Formats: sequence, structure tokens, C-alpha cells
Amino acid sequence: MSRVIGGSRNCFAAGTEIAFLSASAPGPCEIQAGEMSSSRAAESSLLALNQQEELEDLPREYPLSTSEDEGDSDGERKHQKLLEAISSLDGKNRRKLAERSEASLKVSEFNVSSEGSGEKLVLSDLLEPVKTSSSLAAVKKQLNRVKSKKTVELPLHREEIERIHREVAFNKTSQVLSKWDPVVQKNRQAEQLVFPLSKQQSVFAPIEHVVSGWKARTPLEQEIFNLLHKNKQPVTDPLLTPMEKASLKAMSLEEVKMRRAELQRARALQSYYEARARREKKIKSKKYHKLLKKGKAKQALKEFEKLRKVNPAAALEELEKLEKARMMERMSLKHQNSGKWAKSKAIMAKYDLEARQAMQEQLARNKELMQKIQVASESAEEEGVAEEEGEPFVPDVVNEVQVKASGPNPWMFRNHSSDTKEAEVQGDPEELAEPAAQEAPESEEEGPVVAEEILLKEFEERRSLRQKSGLKQIAKPVGSQETKDPSSQGVLSELRALSQKLNRENHQSRKQELSSTRTVLAVQREEPAGEEEEPLLLQRPERARTLDELEELGKEGCFQNKELPRAAVEGQQWERNPSNHLGVPKEKKRKEQMIDLQNLLTTKSPSVKSLAVPTTEELEDEEERDQRQMIKEAFAGDDVIRDFLKEKREAVEASKPKDVDLTLPGWGEWGGVGLKPSAKKRRRFLIKAPEGPPRKDENLPNVILSEKRNIHAAAHQVRMLPYPFTHHQQFERTIQTPIGSTWNTQRAFQKLTMPKVVTKPGHIIKPIKAEDVGYRSSSRSDLSVVQRNPKRLSIRHKKQLKKNSVD
Amino acid sequence: MKVKMLSRNPDSYVRETKLDLQRVPRNYDPTLHPFEVPREYVRALNATKLERVFAKPFLASLDGHRDGVSCLAKHPKSLATVLSGACDGEASVTLNVRIWNLTKRKCIHMIQAHEGFVRGICTRFCGTSFFTVGDDKTVKQWKMDGPGYGEEEEPLHTILGKTVYTGIDHHWKEAVFATCGQQVDIWDEQRSSPICSMTWGFDSISSVKFNPIETFLLGSCASDRNIVLYDMRQATPLKKVILDMRTNTICWNPMEAFIFTAANEDYNLYTFDMRALDTPVMVHMDHVSAVLDVDYSPTGKDFVSASFDKSIRIFPVDKSRSREVYHTKRMQHVICVKWTSDSKYIMCGSDEMNIRLWKANASEKLGVLTSREKAATDYNQRLKEKFQHHPHIKRISRHRHLPKSIYSQIQEQRVMKEARRRKELNRIKHSKPGSVQRVSEKKKRVVAVVK
Repeated sequence: MSRVIGGSRNCFAAGTEIAFLSASAPGPCEIQAGEMSSSRAAESSLLALNQQEELEDLPREYPLSTSEDEGDSDGERKHQKLLEAISSLDGKNRRKLAERSEASLKVSEFNVSSEGSGEKLVLSDLLEPVKTSSSLAAVKKQLNRVKSKKTVELPLHREEIERIHREVAFNKTSQVLSKWDPVVQKNRQAEQLVFPLSKQQSVFAPIEHVVSGWKARTPLEQEIFNLLHKNKQPVTDPLLTPMEKASLKAMSLEEVKMRRAELQRARALQSYYEARARREKKIKSKKYHKLLKKGKAKQALKEFEKLRKVNPAAALEELEKLEKARMMERMSLKHQNSGKWAKSKAIMAKYDLEARQAMQEQLARNKELMQKIQVASESAEEEGVAEEEGEPFVPDVVNEVQVKASGPNPWMFRNHSSDTKEAEVQGDPEELAEPAAQEAPESEEEGPVVAEEILLKEFEERRSLRQKSGLKQIAKPVGSQETKDPSSQGVLSELRALSQKLNRENHQSRKQELSSTRTVLAVQREEPAGEEEEPLLLQRPERARTLDELEELGKEGCFQNKELPRAAVEGQQWERNPSNHLGVPKEKKRKEQMIDLQNLLTTKSPSVKSLAVPTTEELEDEEERDQRQMIKEAFAGDDVIRDFLKEKREAVEASKPKDVDLTLPGWGEWGGVGLKPSAKKRRRFLIKAPEGPPRKDENLPNVILSEKRNIHAAAHQVRMLPYPFTHHQQFERTIQTPIGSTWNTQRAFQKLTMPKVVTKPGHIIKPIKAEDVGYRSSSRSDLSVVQRNPKRLSIRHKKQLKKNSVD
Repeated sequence: MKVKMLSRNPDSYVRETKLDLQRVPRNYDPTLHPFEVPREYVRALNATKLERVFAKPFLASLDGHRDGVSCLAKHPKSLATVLSGACDGEASVTLNVRIWNLTKRKCIHMIQAHEGFVRGICTRFCGTSFFTVGDDKTVKQWKMDGPGYGEEEEPLHTILGKTVYTGIDHHWKEAVFATCGQQVDIWDEQRSSPICSMTWGFDSISSVKFNPIETFLLGSCASDRNIVLYDMRQATPLKKVILDMRTNTICWNPMEAFIFTAANEDYNLYTFDMRALDTPVMVHMDHVSAVLDVDYSPTGKDFVSASFDKSIRIFPVDKSRSREVYHTKRMQHVICVKWTSDSKYIMCGSDEMNIRLWKANASEKLGVLTSREKAATDYNQRLKEKFQHHPHIKRISRHRHLPKSIYSQIQEQRVMKEARRRKELNRIKHSKPGSVQRVSEKKKRVVAVVK
């Protein structure tokens, strides 16, 4: 094994005792590296450097035995002696130095060679003598470590090193540069670039951020701050209060728009009805009112009957309303003849029959109202009293309605739970903005509100219809609207009788039902409520996107036929740009005809051989003749060929340029019937059209080639789809949208004609800077970096210069 | 009794002040304004025609130099000031550096800067002084506003070098400048020896340019056909790209830090992304002779190139063909070109001793525009863009007059190119499939990238 300490010039030499004494230096004892290791191809020069350093510090600390020094030169014997003497001075008896007795084969100043001619010095040989001593253990250890290490590699070529440096530097630089990527990308795609690049406007910071970064400087500010802190005023509060957040979240723009449109509509309707109501109210005729009341009562009864059939639950609710009316009556004693009017009537009653009658009526009504409805169910009570008590008469459903009022869409529900007369909204401008349904009860005082309400209901109904809700909804609002009119008490009284009947039936049926059915009912009631909210959400996209559409909707009122005008408009547009679709349909038609014709002429009909045909003829001939025969038979009636020829003649005629006749009737020519300008005159004012180029199908008798394509127009048309577009429709669309101010509003026009690059005349445009785009520019200057390592550079430079001069 | 009467809100028709425009009610009903496409098309056509009618780009010629103008420099702070250096100086006393005032179109100051050619000129970023290099192996710094009364014209500093300097450029922010010749030297203004010098191979370097955005970057081009990029901070070259033919000069894009364009002897310009040098981003071809100089517009959207074929061309950065060609009968080989810092004008110095001033946008109306004029030009511009693909408009807007020499050369080169293409196709056709690969036009020109 040949361990080599090669490549490193400074080995064990310098650190002998002699060197320690700073005597005249003996020649450095170099260990000749026997063989250079062949493994040079190591990559990193750093490793090599490390190893060198290790070797360097090795001899300094641990002086080696002098035995190697011995064979230097004979002339130094004296010197040697002197050294020995000196070494003996320190008292200790040093180890006897081995003396060489025989001369080495090659004595050289620079290398130590072993005796054998072919042998080489190996590190282990050197280590032999030191084995015994303990003081040199550390040295030995180090040497061993060196032994175990691989060959120290040659440092890389200068060029190689430079290449590595360059690569590293390039990577670093391209990393630095890639921070500009987003900026460049943005600028390339920007709709508009404005130069000189101003600093980006700082984004509006929320106030607390500003406050937190701000410090009081002036005494006044400090004072204010102190006050604030003393009172524990919150310096930073949340960006938005939860309320604000909720309100922000609540409605999208579209939703708001839609809702506003609805409200507007409802308001318009309402004002209309109000006006009508006022008009009707002014009517003083008692007869009219009586009739009106009667009619209403009748209708209410009818409705109730219907309701009972269709939706018993709703009918029940009506009953509940009655119950409520009773309660009201008992509370208010309105018909107890205790009011002002009643008292005055009471005075008159003695003398006036009418007054007496009126009072009696009043009392009767009171009685009617006060009458408990359950009386009817008394018969049922006999069957099971306990049960009756356990089950309250009025189903829970009624109570639930009120719960629902605070549900997701309150303004839709107010109607149903509107016994509450809280809304005294008339003439209040603020309230106008509120949902229309909320305003509806406002007119409860007035008698003939019903009609209006019906209309409002209809409005709702239509909406609900639109979302394809079921029958129930239609029935329900109609029913509910009935009882809401407290003024029509007569109706109520009539209802009462009916309800008693109904009650009996209902009660019986209810008895059979379990309480679970009630919940089912409840669900039924609730379901439409859930659906009621839907239309706001569902119909959003179809409805109102633009204000124009909104207005249109307002005008028409019918939502379905919205599609039609748009189609019409499209049709108009289609017509307006005929140049793009020039003659296409006609050509197509013609083509179709041609194809038909050819089919007729060429199709080989399945031939049925008739026996009459002579068999001697060839097959093909037979077939042909067959075919001809067939065709003749088939088209015996119509002469296809003549038709075709006629058509062609017409086409030729149509495509010929027409003469222009500019003749105007003159003296003696406009008097009577059948007068014509003279032939001479006509000849004079006739502009003959130039003969067109010969038709292409002139010599093709059975073909019509359409020459409809307008060459003059074609010269202005784009033949190929231009590059960025992928479909001709895209391109056509861009062409068809006008950008001029004739067709666009001023703002749209400005936006559409915005120039891509805007520069200010007379202003210097500086190259983009990191600060311009919000990057932090590097604070250190380019120069300082260069100056930091000037030594290396200058050395480099000198070398370069030297080389240059040599060259 | 109610009397119904017309009522109008005065807000809708009364002006707030007398200076306000009268409000004109408009009805935008599309049925009232039919035929929008044909009408706009006609407008676009007219706009295109008018653009060609008003395309008169030549503004002024500044004469005074006694030999070809070799270099130009912009003043960093003043738009009206331009510096130029000329090729004269062979004979006795010649004033080969001149400072011009563009508004007066006059030479306001002249210096005899060097003996022999002035090879390069550049201004300091603050605009108070400028540097020149010449054939007399010196670098000189001069004051921008000449000597006081009775004083002699003397440079502020003179640096005597060992070799000829062929180009100079000043750092964009610091008191450092770079020269090129045998190697790229970076100098501190205060010192007489370079603080750093960088080489890679040995050849004469013809120009060196600082990157205006990442200011520690430099690019140089040498006569051994290569373009070398340097990093001043790390004092090392970064990468080298070898092209087919020699690059005369390069110019960095002032808005995109990593993009530069090289003006090549093979009639083309190459735009590179410095991070990927193996393929140019775009090859700009239209010149019919060597391209001698290139300069970016300060907006970074276009650049102008000067060519030996006696014309200058304006290229959009992202297009391979030029959008404009300027030439005059008397203009000879154009040696140097600059785009002014307000991006409105172009200056070019040519062999026949003149500096010419051009509009960057040939048909632009100069001077103050009223807002209606501005709106009209914007509208016309947009119309031209919208209908640019229509054959008539395309034909009109593309039409340019060329001198016969250039025209015939273009024809000739077209034939040559076609022949080359055909040959290549034939070669592919008649060899074993896959053995001959088609090389894209972009890649063909890059010989090698050396790390």
C-alpha cells in the first residue's frame, strides 16, 4: 500500500528542534510522493483545500524526532555536536538518537529514500520508530487519520472555477430579475399604461391601522390622547360592526334592484287603489254601501265554502279569526249601545222607529259576535268531555303563523298575521320605502280596500304561479284576505252560522285524527311560506339586469313576453348587417334545388325486370332503359326539365344588369289614362346597362351557377379569420359592436376609445423603478459591493493586464 | 280646479355656469341610428387614409458636424438638449463633440474633445457633465454648460488608457461608468484606474450598456459575434451567447428588466430574455443591411433601429416586422439613433454629417390638442384597430414608400429566402424521414450559449 502525501509541499519539514532554536535552517525534508494517485477527477476543490490546511498545522505543534534530519550533510557534524550539547543542557537525558552507519544509495538534499533501489518510502515505515514513544501518540493519531484519508485532489483549473462562479452568479441574477415577472406581465396586458409612471396610489388603510401606527407628537395631541385613554375610549374598534357586516352580506346588488323594482310596482298599485278607495268612500249613497256590504258578505260566504272544500286548515284559521273578533267585541263592547252614537240613538228611540231598529240591529250584532262558536260542538261534548278539554279547539297552526312572521321573509308574511294594526302609515314618506305588503294593512280603516288587496294578492299569486307553486297558495291568500277586513263585520256574522256547521263536521273529523295530523297540517302551512321566499331568489336572473329592462318590465307588467322583443331586435340587427351574410340563404336554397334535381335524374331506382324486355340486350342497357322508363312513369305529370330551364332563364334574367329609365312625363304626357312618354324621349333618357361578363354556366345546360356574390362588397370583406380570433362569430361580434359616440353614451365612448399608452408631452419618462411598482429597492449601492473586495479585483486586474502585455 | 301644465326640472337643462357646455339631449335608440357597422367602417377607412395623408414624420435636420455622426446622447434632465460626437478629427482642429438645442434647432456648444473619432458619449445621470471616449485612448469628463467667459475649454478629468476605448456608458444611479475596448472596465469617477475589469475571451468589445432597471447588470457585444452579460456587484461575467454574425450594439428595455435587443450584422434584430439566451424572444427582420444601432422608446413598447441601408425602422417589441420606416433622399448610412425621453421624437445621426429629428408617430399632430381633438384621434385610432383586418384598410395603412435601392433589395432578399426555404424543404423531402430536422428561424441564429 502506498499512502501518499502528495501535492502538499509543506510536510513534516520545518518543525524540528533545530528550527525551534532558529538555527541555520536545515533543508526541508521533503517526502517524495512515490506515486501520484490516479484518482484526480474529484470535483470540489474545497475538499482539497481543507486537507491541505490540516496538513499544514500538523508539524507545527508536534516536533518530530530528528532522526530524519540526520543524513543531511557531513559538513555539519560540528553543528550537530553543538546541538547535542545544547540539548543536554536542559538536564533531562534525552533519548539516544539512532545513528546511521551506512550511506544511503542516493543521498540527496531533497528526498529521503530507503535502502532498496526499487522500494519506495511508505508512510508506515516512517511510523515504525515512533511506535514506542507515548508522547507522540497525538501525532500518530493524526498521521493515521491522514493515512485513512483519500488522495487530496488537485485544485480545479482557473477557468473551471470561473465557470462555476459565473454559473452561480447567473443563477443569482436571474432570481433577482424574476421578481419583475409579474410587473412585466401586468404591464404587457394592461388596457392602458400612463406615463410617466406615477407612484401607485396607496390603498385606503382602515382607520385603526392608521391609528395604531400614529403617535402623538404635539402637546395638544398628547393631551387628547391622554383624555381618550383615561376614558378608555376604544382607539381601535372592529372594521365593521356585526350589524354592518350583516347588512353588507344580506343583499347583493341584483337582489336589491329586484326588490326595489317590486316595491316600486307595489307602491304604484297601492296608490292607485288608494285613490280608488278614496273615490268610493266619497260616495254618499247609503244604498250603494248597503249593496256593497251585502255583495261582500255573499262573496265571503262563497269563498269560505270554497275554502272549506279545498283547504280545511285555512278554513279553520278563518274560524280562528272569528274567535278573535269575538274576543275583540267582548273587550271593546262596541255594539253594546254604549257609544256616543248609540246614546244619541237611545234618546231618539222613543220617537223614531228607525233609530230603534238601528239600536236593535246593533245589539243583535253584539250578540252574534259575542256568541261562542263552540256552542255548536256541545253535542260533541257529550261524547267525550275529557277529550275535548285535552285538545284545544283551535289548532296550533294558528299560533304558528305568528311565529312564521319573524321568519326569513317577514314582509311577505305580514299579510297573514295582520290583525295587528300597527301600521298607520298613511302619508308617512319614510314608510313608503318599506315593503308594500306591510303597507297593505294601512288602509284597513277604509271600507272598500278589499279590491285593492285582491289586486295585491293577484300580484303575489302571479309570482307564485310563475314559480309553479301548487293550488294551495292560490286558495290561501284569497281566504286570508277575507277576514282581514274587520269593517265588514256583517260578513263575519254570516260566516258565523256557517262556521258552526263546519265546526261540527271538523270536530268530528278531528276526533278521528291524531295529533300527528296536526303537525302535518302545520307543515303544509309552512311549506308555502318557504316557497314564498323562493321567487326572490329564483327569478333574479331573468328579471332585471339593467335599469332599462326594469322600466320595460314596469310598462309591460307581463313577465313572460320579455323574450319576444329581444328576438325581434336580433332580427333587426341581422337585417342591418346583410353584407356579412350576403346571398347565403338564397344560394343555399338554389343548391338544395339542384341537389334534388340531380337526385331525381341520377338515382338508380331498384329496377324490376319486366318479362317483356328482350333478354338479348346487355344488362346495363337494360338497366338504363329501365331507369328511364321508371323516371318517365314517375314524372309523367311534371316536366322537370322544362321547369329547370325556365328557372335558369329567370336566374339569368335576374342577374343581368338592368337599364335605368330616367324618363319623366312632360307636356301632354300626364293628362289621361294610358299616356306614355314618347319613344324618342324614352330612348333619350334610357341609360343602358353595360353588358356584364359572360355567365359561367352559359355552356352548361343542366347547371345553374349563381353569380350572386357581390364583387364590390367582397373587396371590403375579410377573407380569412384574423389571428387572435378562434371563431368567426367572435370576430363578427367585435365588428358589430359600435364604439362611436353616436351609439354609446359619453362614458362608454370614453372607455371604449381609451388609448393604450398615454404620455404627457414634455415630460421625461424614466425607466421603471422598483419603488414605482411597490417593490423595495435594494438599499446597498452597486458600487459599495465592488469596493468591498477591491483586493481580489485588483489582483485579478493586474494578472489580466500582465497577460495582455505578454500577448 | 287643477290646471295641468308642462313642467320641467331646470336641473336638466340649465347650466350651472356660463362656461359649462350646453347639455344636448341624445336619444340612443338603436333604431334611430342604423347601419352602425358600415358607418364605422367608412369612418375607419377615412381615418386610415387621413393618417397616411398626414404622415410627415421628418421635422428637422441639424447640421454642423464635419464628418459622420458616430454617437448620440440624450440629456437626462432636459428634453431639448442632445449631445453628439462625430467621426472627424483627422485634420488639425475640429470640434467633434457638439451640444444641440432641439427647440432652437441649433448647436449651442462645441468642443474639440478628442483627436480622431469620438467613439462614445454618455451623460451623467444628474445631467451636469458628460463623458466621451475617443480614438486617442482617453476618457474625458466634461461640464455640460461650457466654460465661463475667458476660460479655456478643458475637461474636468482625463483618463489615459492603454488601449482604445470603443464605447462608454454611465451608471443610472451612481458615480460609476463603464468603458469597453479590450475588456469591460468599470470606473469610479474619482479614480484614474478602473475599480473592476471583466473579460471573457479576447476580442474587441464594441459597446457596453448598463441595465436601466437592475443597474448592476451590464451587457456588451464583441466582434467575435458574442453578447456577454456582466454583473457588476459580483464582478463577474454571467453568460455569453454567440450569434451567427456580429452584434453591433444592444439596448435594454427600460420597462422590462430582463429584456434586451441586439442589433446584428445579419440585418436582423434579436430580442432576448436574458434568463433564457438559447432562443431569442423575437427576431425582428425588415432591414436589408447591417443594423448599426438600436434604442428603446421610454415606454418600452417600441424600439427604433438604424441601419446601414440608409433607413431607420420602428418595431413594436412584440412584432417581428416593423411598423414604420423613415428615410430621406439625402440620408446616408445611419450610424446612431436615439428615442427621446418623452417618447415623442426620434433622432438619428448619419454618415452625411447630419442629425435628423423625426416624429415617433408619423401622423401625430404636434402641439396642444383640445379635448375634442384628442377624443377624435382616440376614436380614429380605435377604429383603425377595429377594422385593421379589412383588406382596404389594411392595404392603405401598410403602404409605405421606399427608395428604389431598398425596395429592390427587399425583393432580392425575398427570392433568396424563398430559395433557401425551398432547398431546406427539398432536403427534408429527399432524406430519410427524421434524419434532417427543421430548425426554427429563431433557433437557427443562435450558435451557442456559453455558461
